[in-house]
Formats: sequence, C-alpha cells, structure tokens
Amino acid sequence: MTLIAPGAGSAAGDPLEGPTATVDEHGTSLWRGALQRLRRDPFAITGALIVVVFVLVALFAPLLAPYAPAGAQWGNQVTPSDVPGPSADHLLGLDAFGSDLYTQLLFGARQSLIIGVVSTGLGLAVGALIGLLAGGIGGWVDVVLMRVVDVLLSIPSLLLAVSVAAVLGRTSISVMIAIAAAQVPIFARLLRGSLLAQRNADYVLAASSLGLRRRTVVLSHMLPNSLGPVIVQATLVLATATIEVAALSYLGLGEPNPTVAEWGRMLVKSQNRLETDPQLALLPGLLIALTALGFTLLGEALREALDPKFRR
Amino acid sequence: MTVPAVTLAARRREGTPLLSVRDLQVRFTRRGRAPVRAVDGVSFDVAPGQVVGLVGESGCGKSVTSLAVMGLLAPRGVEVEGEVLFEGQDLLALSSDELRELRGRDIAMVFQDPMTSLNPVVPVGTQVTEVLRRHAGMDRGQARDEAESLLERVGIPDPARRLKDYPHQLSGGMRQRALIAIALACKPRLLIADEPTTALDVTIQAQVLELLKQLVAETGTAMIMITHDLGVVAGICDEVNVMYAGRVVERAGRRELFASPRHQYTGGLLRSIPRLDAVRGGQLTPIPGSASDVLPWERGCAFAPRCSAQDADCLVPDLELTLDDVRPEHRLRCVHPVPPPGAAL
Amino acid sequence: MLQFVLRRLALMVPVLIGLSLLLFAWVRALPGDPARALLGQRATARSVENVTRLYGFDRPLHEQYFSYVGALLRGDFGSSTQTGQPVVDLFQNGFPATAELAVCALAFAVALGIPLGYFAARRHGTALDNLTVGASLLGVVVPVFFLAYLLKLVFAIGVGPLDFLGVFPTSGRQNPRIDATHITDFYLLDGILTQEWDAAWDALLHLVLPAVALGTIPLAIIVRITRAAVLDVTGEDYVRTAEAKGLLRSTISRRHVLRNALLPVVTTVGLQAGLLLSGAVLTETVFAINGLGATLFDAITLLDYPVLQGFILAIALMYALINLTVDVLYGVIDPRVRVS
Repeated sequence: MTLIAPGAGSAAGDPLEGPTATVDEHGTSLWRGALQRLRRDPFAITGALIVVVFVLVALFAPLLAPYAPAGAQWGNQVTPSDVPGPSADHLLGLDAFGSDLYTQLLFGARQSLIIGVVSTGLGLAVGALIGLLAGGIGGWVDVVLMRVVDVLLSIPSLLLAVSVAAVLGRTSISVMIAIAAAQVPIFARLLRGSLLAQRNADYVLAASSLGLRRRTVVLSHMLPNSLGPVIVQATLVLATATIEVAALSYLGLGEPNPTVAEWGRMLVKSQNRLETDPQLALLPGLLIALTALGFTLLGEALREALDPKFRR
Repeated sequence: MTVPAVTLAARRREGTPLLSVRDLQVRFTRRGRAPVRAVDGVSFDVAPGQVVGLVGESGCGKSVTSLAVMGLLAPRGVEVEGEVLFEGQDLLALSSDELRELRGRDIAMVFQDPMTSLNPVVPVGTQVTEVLRRHAGMDRGQARDEAESLLERVGIPDPARRLKDYPHQLSGGMRQRALIAIALACKPRLLIADEPTTALDVTIQAQVLELLKQLVAETGTAMIMITHDLGVVAGICDEVNVMYAGRVVERAGRRELFASPRHQYTGGLLRSIPRLDAVRGGQLTPIPGSASDVLPWERGCAFAPRCSAQDADCLVPDLELTLDDVRPEHRLRCVHPVPPPGAAL
Repeated sequence: MLQFVLRRLALMVPVLIGLSLLLFAWVRALPGDPARALLGQRATARSVENVTRLYGFDRPLHEQYFSYVGALLRGDFGSSTQTGQPVVDLFQNGFPATAELAVCALAFAVALGIPLGYFAARRHGTALDNLTVGASLLGVVVPVFFLAYLLKLVFAIGVGPLDFLGVFPTSGRQNPRIDATHITDFYLLDGILTQEWDAAWDALLHLVLPAVALGTIPLAIIVRITRAAVLDVTGEDYVRTAEAKGLLRSTISRRHVLRNALLPVVTTVGLQAGLLLSGAVLTETVFAINGLGATLFDAITLLDYPVLQGFILAIALMYALINLTVDVLYGVIDPRVRVS
C-alpha cells in the first residue's frame, strides 16, 4: 500500500538540490554542473587564475624576458659574498651565477611546465593503463598488477624517484620519468578502484544485460564515469611535480644542464645566500609554492565540483 | 494567515493540546539562490495520547516540519518562523541547551532508516543507556538493567547479549526496535515517528507498526506519524493531516478521511492505491506529474497543475484551510472538493 | 584479532618478495657493471673482480637472486662503497635520531591537526574555518627543505630586526657540552629516563625546528582529512539520532562524531609514515642531524648503491609494519572491520 512509485526517495529530500545536481549517464551534465559550481567558487577562480598566468608566462617567456636565458653574461660581477641587486638593467638583479634573475624566473616557469606536463602525462598514461587492465579485466590480471602496484607503493615516492633517476643517469628526461614513476601506482590504484566501484552499478548491469561486449561496457560506459577522480589527481600531481623537481634538485638529481633555468635548482643553489641576498632563494621558492598552490586549488575545487556529496 | 481555522480547531478540543504547531514556516536560504519554502504555514495540534498523521509525497515538507518541532534543523541556512507550543511553551523560543533538556526526555523521535541511524562504532547497549543516564539520572548499573528490560519490551530476543552487540550485527527490523527502545526509554509524552517503517521489509513493517501502536497505547504517549503510506495511516492514526507543497490541504479523522476524501489531492492518493473492493481488472488512477510541478501558493492552489478538477477559479491567492461546509468533520483547502459519496453534483 | 593480524602479515610476504625482485633487478639495471656500481667508481680492478665472484655476477640470474635473498635473510645487506661499513650498522646508527624526529613530527602534526580540523569543521564556513583551510593549503605547497631553511634562518640564526626570534639551536641533536647518559639513543627519552632534565630539555630544543619542518605537510593533510571527516560525520543520521536524544554536546562530539571521524584520520596518519621518512632525507641535512635521512642523502649524492638498496628495503619493511599497526588500530576503533 505504498503511494509513491518505487525508487522515489521518500525522505525529506534536499529541497535545495537543483537540476545541476542530477547526474546523467554520459556525464555531460555532471561536467556542465561542475563548471557552474567552479565559477561560483572563489578558491577555484584563484587557482585557475594562477594556472593561466603560469602557463602564459611559460609559453611566452622568450617574448617577456629582457635577456637570453642562463647566459651567465654578468658572471664577473658575482662574488661569493655579494650578488648585485636590482638596477636599471636588471629588474630583480642578478642570480648567483651572474644571469638576469627576472629572465631566469620567467624561463623557470617554462621548465616547470614542461616537466610537470610530461611527467604527469607519462605517469597518467602508464598508471591509467595498469588501472584499466586491472579493473577492466579483473581476475588474475588484477591480482598480479595490484601486487606490483603494492610493491611500488611500499617505497616512499621520493625514494622511488631517486632510484629511477639513479638508473637513468642525470638527464632532464630522467627527472621527468622519475617523477612519473612515483605517480604510476597512484593513478593505477585510483582508476582501478573507480572502475571496481562501478562494476555493480545499475547502468553497468543494464549495459551488460543488453549483451554489450565486456570491452564496450568498460571502455564506453565505465571508463568515462571513472575519469573524474583521475583528472582531479592529475591536476594535483602537477602541483606535486613542481615541488618534487625542487626536491630532486636538492638531492643533486635535478636538471643537469646549468644553462636551463629551473626554479628548484635556483632555490637550492642560493640557499647559502639566504642571509645576504634572500631574494635569490625566496623568489623561486615563492614561485614553486605559488604554482603548486594554483594547481592544488584547482584540483581540490574540481574534486568538490565533481562530487555533489563533498563539502568544503 | 491561516489562524482562524486553527483557533477553531483548538477550541473544539477540551483543555490545551500537548503540542500545538501554529503557522510554522521553514525557509532554506542559500547564498546566490532563491530561498526555498519547505514548510509554508503549517498548523496542527496533538492532544495527549493522540496519534496524528502527517501524510504526503516526498518533498511536501512533512519531515522538515518534524525536524523543526525537534529543533534539529541546521543552525545556518534555515529560517524558522511561527510557534511550536509544547505544553504551552514555545520550543522555537528556547535556547539550544534548554531544548537539549527536553529532547529525548519529553519529546523523542524515531527516524526512517535504522541502518544509518545507529552509531556503527558504539555498542547498542551504550546507545540505549546514554539517554537513560543523561535524562533519567541513572547510574551505569541501573541504566544497563533498564536498557535490558527496554530491549525485551520492544521484542528483541536475548537482550543481555544484544546490549554488547554492535549495530551491524543486528537486522534492520531489530535495529528499528532498538531505536524505538531508545526513543521510549525516558517515557516521553510525545513521540515523532518519521517514516519508521519505510526502510523495512513488508513483513517487518507490520510488526514494527504494531509494536509502536501497542507501546504508545500502553504508555499514553502521543505520537506524530509521518508517512507517505496511507496503509500506515489507516492502521494507526486518530487524525490525519494531508500535506502538499508545504501546507496542510486536508485534515480529518482517520475513518472520515478514508470514507470520504474531500481534497482532490487526497482523492487522487486514494484512487492511486489498489483496493480489495475494487472491480477486478479495474485500473488504478495515478496522479499525473510529480510533486515538483507546483504552483506557488500565492498564485493559487499548488496542486492545480496536476489536478483533474482545476479551472480558473483555482487561482485564488493563499487559499485558506477552512471548515468543510459539506462534511463538517473536515478542514479543507480546495476550491472544487471531491463530492462526498452519494451526493449529487 | 590475532587471525586478522596474521592474515595481514601473510599479505606482506608477496610484497616483500616483489620488492626484493625489484631491487635485485634495479642494481642490474644500473648503468655499467653491477660490481662497479656496488663498489663505486674508484674501485680497483681487483676488488671489482672480488665482488663479482662474491656476488656471483658471472653466474646465472636466478642463482644470483637466490644468493641475494639468502644474504638478506642472514641479515647481510651489503656494505657501503664509501666507508665499507655494513649497511645494517649504518641503519642502526641512524635509526634512533630519525625515529625520534619522525615521532616528534608526527606528534606535532596529530596533536595540532586533529583539534584544528575538528574546530574548523564545527565552525564550518566561518573565518576560522577558511583560515584553517587556507593555511593547510599553504602547508602542502612549500618544499620541505626550503621550509626547514627558512625556519632555521628565522628561529635559529635570527635575521635583522627579528633577531630575538632566533632562540633555537641551529644544528645537531644535543649540545655536546652537556654530559648526558645515553641508554636508548633516543636523546629526549634518555634525558627523561635518567632524569637529567637539562639534557632532556636541550634535546627537546634541538627537536623543535626539525620536527616542525618535517611535520608541516602531515599537519596540513591531517587538518584537511579531519575536517572533511568531521563534516561528513556531522551529516550522518546517527548524529541526528544523538541530537534527538538530547545528549550533551560533549558526549555527541566525543562518542558520536570524533570516534567515527577518526577512522579516515588513522588511515592517513599511517600513510604519512612514508612521507616522514622521505621528508627526513630533506630535513636532517639542513639541521645536521645524523639520522637515516642524512645517511640516505649522502648515499644518493655519492650513488652508494648498496646503502640505497638496503635502506629502501628496510624503509619499505618499516612502512609495511606501520601500516599493519594502523590497520590493527582501525580494527580496534571500528567493530565492522574486526568481524569481517
């Protein structure tokens, strides 16, 4: 003797749930809704703004910079105890090697972007493939792959990156692979978990009961619905990558080519001048933190926007 | 706004009611959005020992009404107006600490979903005894003994062992029984049951309902039964308030309501459920549309968009809940009521 | 419960086997001759030959692997290519300093993070909440070693007009002029055990800055997880039930909100253990603390592979044991895990 059609929730319901909260199976309105929520979120806007400025600076560094990068053109003006400060020629003064600090900072953005994008793309591609195979095929493939992932996760990510860098030698590619390697198990776990969570979702059962092939169900139904958390993680990894580059530089495993401007190394190489010329370390340190903050804000806001349950 | 009808209702009954809800309004406000009026001027009374039903579809405001009475709505983003008089004292005017004294002792509540309403990491026994220790001033031992006898009374077998169990070790029906034991532990004068059987299996539903009915009868506890299920109403309520879009649209005694529904919405509800005495093979008549197809009450009858009897007359702003001139036992908010059985149109 | 622990221990076995395979493969993947990699670049041809025979680099791979595992099981993790010290000794030497630092850092993060996250959630949407969220965001984006340097500069060395802030020691674990008795090599603990309060106080002063630097990221993460968990739990039906029972606010917070909200926090704290160890690599050098991190830092910069290999294995083992402890703790708080 029930009045309401089966399936209709009978609780008070949230009278505030507007149409934006409904999730359709293709995820389009989910993403559109997420975008609407992002536009109202001051944290998201701040993050997006930082990221946009960062990317623009990285792309247009050659146009913005007054000098050629990493020339050490004024190396003779730098002494162990003193680095020339701001002047008419050099907006922020020189760096510890005798290059224009402003130029170096601009080109550092470029290097950070390249390392971040390449390493995240690499970590995402390999990790997602492992996760997809494990979550999509299941069975012994899942067991074996996840044990491998467990092994990788048992090594703290910095040590994993160090191990990889040690094998590959000191090249800029090896820095990127090292950072990517530390992300692989995280992406693999994430996608697999997300796929598994959907295995018994009604729409997956419905698609299977229609006789769709397993591969079709996984690739065109489960995968698109699992992408949200992966994209969020990728955004957050862009933040970690920026910081890990600095850590690798600190350990002497960073970018080997001294003519490439890189924030991490700039920071590390000027720490002994913190008392006399604090701007040399503070500015790159600040830029690393700011860039990481931008990606973190964006990633966190994206996570919340994609998940109606998640509250800040 | 709708005060005349309420005062009439109040005057009809001898003595003061146990609970008197007067023109209750609840608005949800959220920055950047138009406020949502979940409860829009609800008034009703509950006499001591009486069982009053609040019936309606999801989103009609019945649960929000009960949470407002209990003072359990979130402190921010919610505006509550009107009066909730419990033994003459306005609950809305009490401080949160004063309300805390009242809740669980004088007014208790049973919620819809027993699977999530018990704390998963605390033994069932503690969840019963904590309310006894808080309000009845019992020490640990007394509370334990009382909890055991409470579980026994609500029909939980082997109560001494169950006290040590965690919620996940109990079935849904058992958990709801435990929650009823918790609610009735301090012998409250008013029990609010918010869809207490909805989440249970059909066979268990009847048992739990029977248990509630028997317990409130024994203890003389008044009860507000909130439900969307007319079967529950038929089984247990003395008086029924039918709610639609945040307002009471019809009020009558249980028999009266079932024998002669007057509001078009109530009529629709009754026609949309199967009846044993209906012609075999006869069709059910569902109400078209859904509860979200509403008109704001300021513009006319909120049910008009889904009503088969609606016409231009229904666009009366703020239609009032008035005494039905055909069936005086009813109070009604409708321009074109359902004709009573046997009456010529 | 015992069964639960045993099952979890059994699950560690394949991970450890996988790890040993990986590390075995790693040394062979290193550029150049594995024997030379293990001995370092300055090794003589003769010692390279010795090591090749000793480790059997000329034998079939599976034999090499089994002899490697055999050595591990005997407690032989190889020796440093730089100093010739056994890796096990290096580990034992560094362990007390790092463990003490990590425990203090974690204590700082937990003791501050849980209350902060809790109060931010209870005052959801207020200025305090926004401030906490903002600060916790900043906490995760600053490179650890940079933070360590800044803390050292401001609170140990002292700069310009803020000179008076530089009250903490700049480096080391204890002032060498203090005549302290060492029993456990956990200096703070030693000071307390022997009731040499000046030694304990000095050890504590030395720990403050490194622990804060190392604990900042875990602190930020714990704040965020606690806050999210408390917000989640506050919306649960059983908290509404507790409110409907008219329980005291303190009872609801303690028994119904915190006990449930702590579950994800406990898991997170376990996961921070790995982060603390890598963080130690980056902080110990800044404060000249002779712990595992400093040893690892040297091994990394000098490419001392046996040390790296042995330390990674040992750290992974510790990490696994810590997470086992966390799982057991989880079982204590959550009865549902215990039964299944």
